[in-house]
Amino acid sequence: MSASEIPGDLKFLKSHEWARVEDNGLVRVGISNHAQEQLGDLVYVELPEVGASVQAGTGAATVESVKAASDIYSPVSGEITEVNEALADKPETINEDAYGDGWLFVVKISDRGELDELLDADAYAELIENEDH
Amino acid sequence: MTQKTVLNALHRELGARMVDFGGWDMPISYRSQIEEHHAVRRDAGMFDVSHMTVVDLHGARTREFLRHLLANSVDKLKVQGKALYSCMLNEQGGVIDDLIVYLLGDEHFRLVVNAATRDKDLAWIEQQAKAFDVAVKERPDFAMIAVQGPSARAKVIGLLHDVDRPRIEKLGRFAAAAAQGPHGMPLFIARTGYTGEDGFEILLPEEHAVALWKALADVGVAACGLGARDTLRLEAGMNLYGQDMDENVTPWEAGLAWTLSLDEGRDFIGRKALEAQKAAGVPRAMVGLVMDEKGVLRHGQKVLTPQGDGEILSGSFAPSLNKSVAFARIPVGVTDNVRVDIRGREVPVRVVKFPFVRDGKPCEGI
Repeated sequence: MSASEIPGDLKFLKSHEWARVEDNGLVRVGISNHAQEQLGDLVYVELPEVGASVQAGTGAATVESVKAASDIYSPVSGEITEVNEALADKPETINEDAYGDGWLFVVKISDRGELDELLDADAYAELIENEDH
Repeated sequence: MTQKTVLNALHRELGARMVDFGGWDMPISYRSQIEEHHAVRRDAGMFDVSHMTVVDLHGARTREFLRHLLANSVDKLKVQGKALYSCMLNEQGGVIDDLIVYLLGDEHFRLVVNAATRDKDLAWIEQQAKAFDVAVKERPDFAMIAVQGPSARAKVIGLLHDVDRPRIEKLGRFAAAAAQGPHGMPLFIARTGYTGEDGFEILLPEEHAVALWKALADVGVAACGLGARDTLRLEAGMNLYGQDMDENVTPWEAGLAWTLSLDEGRDFIGRKALEAQKAAGVPRAMVGLVMDEKGVLRHGQKVLTPQGDGEILSGSFAPSLNKSVAFARIPVGVTDNVRVDIRGREVPVRVVKFPFVRDGKPCEGI
C-alpha cells in the first residue's frame, strides 16, 4: 500500500489505530486499512459505552476476526461521545471501508497536545512499509 | 529454518497471506477467509497440504506392526486402497498423533501424519518398527492437494484420463486409488478430507503439483488457505492435534472413543492405560459448545460449569452458522448451566453434540 492511499488528514498510533479531528473538534477513531488486512474477516466488535472515559494508548475496544481478538487502543484521552452501532450487525464494514464507514468511536479530547504525538500519514506509511519487509 | 512446499511461490504469486505453521511457510488465506470457507461448503475449494508427512511402511510383518502401533484396528482394512483414521498412543494412553493409514499391499501400508509432529512421530515409529523388521520410509517427494466441496469430485474426475474416470467415480469413502491426471501425471487419489464435505485428497510427485493446482483453478476450484481449513474442520467436528488432544490426553477425553478398537487379544500401545482409565472412570469429556450471543469462543478461555472448570480447546467463529462454536474439555456429565469467561464477562453457552455442520447444512440443535 502506498502513502497516497492513506487519507492525509489522519493521524496514527503505531498499533494501527487512526484518529481524525473533525470540524467540531471531536476525534473520530478507527483501525487502519493495513490493520484490517492483517486481521482478516472481522466478525465481532466490542465498543465502549458512550460517556466512558478513555486514556491515550490504552484499550478502549476489541475487534475480533475469524482468526483472533485484538485490543484497540484509543489514540487520545477523553470521553466517548458516540460509537458506531452499525458495526454490531455489520462488523465487515471495517474490512470494506476502514477509513470511512468502518470507524469505531468518537472521543471528546481532553488534551489536544496528544495529537502531536501521533504519526502523520507519511510516517505511518513508512512504518507499515518497513513492517512488511 | 522455515520449510516451503513446492507450491510456495505460486501461493505468493496469488497474493496469499503467509504464516508460519509448525515450521512451514503456509498460506492462511488468499482473500476473505469466510469466502474461502463458503466456496468449500457450496462448490469446491483446494488446499495445499503438502506440509503433511507421508510415511511408507514395508515388510512382511507390517500389518502385525500396525496392530501394535495403532489404537484403531488395522484389520478393518481388507481391500487394497482402504483407509482408516487412528490415534497413535504412548504407553500412558496419551495421543502422540492422529493419522490416516492406507492399505496398499500385503506388505505395504502408507501413513499420513501431521506436519508439526513429524520428528517425534518418525522417531517413535522407527523405534517401534525395529522389533517387527518393518522399513520406515518418509516420502518428502510427494506433494498433497486436498480438493473439497460438493462439486470437488466431479471437477477432479473431469481432469483424469478417460480410462480412469469410471473407477474414480466409484471410489468409496475412505478409499484410495491410483489414476492419471493432466498430462499423464500419476496421482494417488483418496476420498478423504478434513472439511466435512465430500472430496479428495491427492498425493502426487511434487514436480507435478503446480500443474495440477493450475488445472484445478482453471475448472473453477477456489484456492483456500489453512484459515478456512480450520473453520471447516471445526464445524465438521474434527479434532486438531495439539489443540484438542496431545500426549497428556487420552482418546476417551478427546471425543475419539469411536476410533478405539478394543478387539480381543490385540496388545496395542496404550491399551492397558486406556482400560484402566475407563475402569476408574474418565473424569473429563470433550463436548461441543455453541454461543448464541455475540462474541467468539477461543482456545484457552475458561469454561465454568456447576461441576468445576474446563477449557476451550478449538474455538472460532463458524461462518456456516454465523455464530461461534467450540470444543471444550469439561467435567464428565455436565450438560447445562455452562458459561465461558470472555475477557472477564461470563457468557452462557449450550452444550451440544458435534459435528456442528454436515454436508453443507447445520446439524439439528445447533
